Amino acid sequence: MAAIAITAEGLSKRYEIGQFRAAYGTLRDSLAHGAKRLLSREHEKHSRAEIWALKDVSFEVAEGEVLGFIGRNGAGKSTLLKILTRITTPTDGRAEIHGRVGSLLEVGTGFHPELTGRENIYLNGAILGMKRREIARKLPEIVEFSGVEAFIDTPVKRYSSGMYVRLAFAVAAHLEPEILLIDEVLSVGDAEFQRRCLGRMEDMSNSGRTVLFVSHNMPAVVQLCDRAILLEGGRNTHEGPSADIVAHYLQSTGGSASQRSWPELETAPGDDLVRLRGVRVVREDGSSSGAIDVRHAVGIEIAFSVLRAGEAVVPKIKVYDGQGNTAFNAMDTDNRWADPAPPGDYIATAWIPGNLLNEGLITVDVGLVTLVGPRPHHRAIERNAVSFHVHDPGEGDSARGSFAGQWKGVVRPLLDWTSQER
Amino acid sequence: MTDANLDLRETTAAAVAARIGAEPRSPRTTVIRPIEHAPLLDLRELWHYRELLFIFVWRDLKVRYKQTAVGVGWVLLQPLMTMLIFTFFLGRYAKAPTNGLPYPIFIMSGLLPMILFSSAVSQSSASIVSSSSLVTKVYFPRVLLPLAAAAVPLVDLMLSFSLLVGLMFYYSMFPSGALIALAPLFLILALVGALGIGLFLSALYVRYRDVPFAIPFFLQLLPWVSGVYLSLNKLPQHWQWIFALNPMSGVVMAWRWVMLGQTAPDLGKFALGCAVAVVLFVFGLVFFKRSEPRFADTI
Repeated sequence: MAAIAITAEGLSKRYEIGQFRAAYGTLRDSLAHGAKRLLSREHEKHSRAEIWALKDVSFEVAEGEVLGFIGRNGAGKSTLLKILTRITTPTDGRAEIHGRVGSLLEVGTGFHPELTGRENIYLNGAILGMKRREIARKLPEIVEFSGVEAFIDTPVKRYSSGMYVRLAFAVAAHLEPEILLIDEVLSVGDAEFQRRCLGRMEDMSNSGRTVLFVSHNMPAVVQLCDRAILLEGGRNTHEGPSADIVAHYLQSTGGSASQRSWPELETAPGDDLVRLRGVRVVREDGSSSGAIDVRHAVGIEIAFSVLRAGEAVVPKIKVYDGQGNTAFNAMDTDNRWADPAPPGDYIATAWIPGNLLNEGLITVDVGLVTLVGPRPHHRAIERNAVSFHVHDPGEGDSARGSFAGQWKGVVRPLLDWTSQER
Repeated sequence: MTDANLDLRETTAAAVAARIGAEPRSPRTTVIRPIEHAPLLDLRELWHYRELLFIFVWRDLKVRYKQTAVGVGWVLLQPLMTMLIFTFFLGRYAKAPTNGLPYPIFIMSGLLPMILFSSAVSQSSASIVSSSSLVTKVYFPRVLLPLAAAAVPLVDLMLSFSLLVGLMFYYSMFPSGALIALAPLFLILALVGALGIGLFLSALYVRYRDVPFAIPFFLQLLPWVSGVYLSLNKLPQHWQWIFALNPMSGVVMAWRWVMLGQTAPDLGKFALGCAVAVVLFVFGLVFFKRSEPRFADTI
């Protein structure tokens, strides 16, 4: 069993609304307020609302593990990282951290505009917990990595914002923490910079460091994290393999699921000819799942009831990616639907091959159409009927190979490449 | 994916690979607990962060006179101008009591520790709020900020001390031998008192933005009641005891004693000043430590 890097037991953080209100007050306000309370004699519980930003959160992180934290804004993710980095203290609970902690929250923290690049490396490095000798030793490497050699003795206030961020990142990247905490939600910078953070994070985890990763970037969480914890209202409600947790989270926020059913025939989508009875997202082995490996085929299983004979009914799906782009339409072209089917219950499964869809949340519209000449006519349609999450475990045999960054596109086919030396 | 992105990842990976194993890993355990368990002054931790303290002092010194024309000359200009103006009005015109000393050297000898004290108070008071971006983003013992801010004026004093040395040569008045070794101790006493106030005000400033309005007023009055501008020796005894509550009156007197061979301060009164300084320091530290956990939430 691997050693434990972080243990957290019942971490809780309470904020008082009153505390926020008084935060920027002046002394006179407080005195007046105090006097009023004294006179009216209701000094207890006047209007102090409390918020538990974090409530009873416990978890363990093994050494070398990459743990993701997901959840809506305000679910307590950032508060948790603030506690773990000791920026703020918990109201209750306890955590133990074994090893030097670094976080990319701190990129550029303490940079002084009047100081030169070189001076800021020393200042920032010391603030991040590096020793002087350590910084001196790594200085050439940091300068080279930052790519601002020519301006290293220029005050950073003369830097472009890009140079500034590169230098700041170079220092943070050389911190060599044993435990890295990343809050992508808080991290600033352009797409390039975000990509660097992710790349850096992957290097860290590959080299056996422990990483805690807070992000809204679900594909990144699935791909980089072994395990994920879903925070809801300050509590950790779900914990497990990152793909499952992300799928659960997306479905709970998207309001759709990996399976739907309509037990009441009368209210099911459809008309007097045909009605939908259920839709499932299935793996190759037939089990239903909301998290699909990018390399594997996924089936959209459509159950429907034909209520009367007479017209030919064809099942159909329409697939969208996470941004709402239509990936494709598909219709069952099997000859069995060419003729009107006798009344009864049917199941049709559309198999989307592996290595076709890109990573992310996939949403599927399901419909049953009759063909009037060449044009389909919708008899039953359910928009956003089901959704599932495609993830890439990053084992190198998918279309992205061993590349870790963002891999854009609606589809991600695994192509046959031919090559020769000429 | 463009080549640039692939390059980027390679450099990162190479940089990491080059460093793995280069550093002996020290298993350091951090325990995070609610506020009540925090010790008042974690000396081991402060020792661990000692380099950061020096870096903060270095930063403040380095940054302060950037883009100024007179630059470090301000350190000399302030006491010099004060001396000239007060010599004209109080020395020449009002004939203020100076215990027999020429007025310029009398005021300069009191002014130097006084400036040390005032700058330490005003700069340490502002230290937490002016570093709010640090406080909300990274952990380090917060007490380093007021400590560093209070240490900076000490460096100023080393420069402005040349003014006093110049006056000593001009008036041919020199320190009486080994006594001068005590001078740094009195400066430390001034700093202890200043830090007490600075710690208290810096924590208060996080919550109440009144602090910067109150400080200059207080610091303007202080030299008058510390015997900087005129000697307090002629005052009735019971008044002198009241003024002795102010640690700076003891410091100023003691400084003149070791620098200019004036009469030594009364031991009882001096001890009273010391006690007040220590009480201020402990009170300031306790207040600071109790407010510290909320800094990031309220700043």
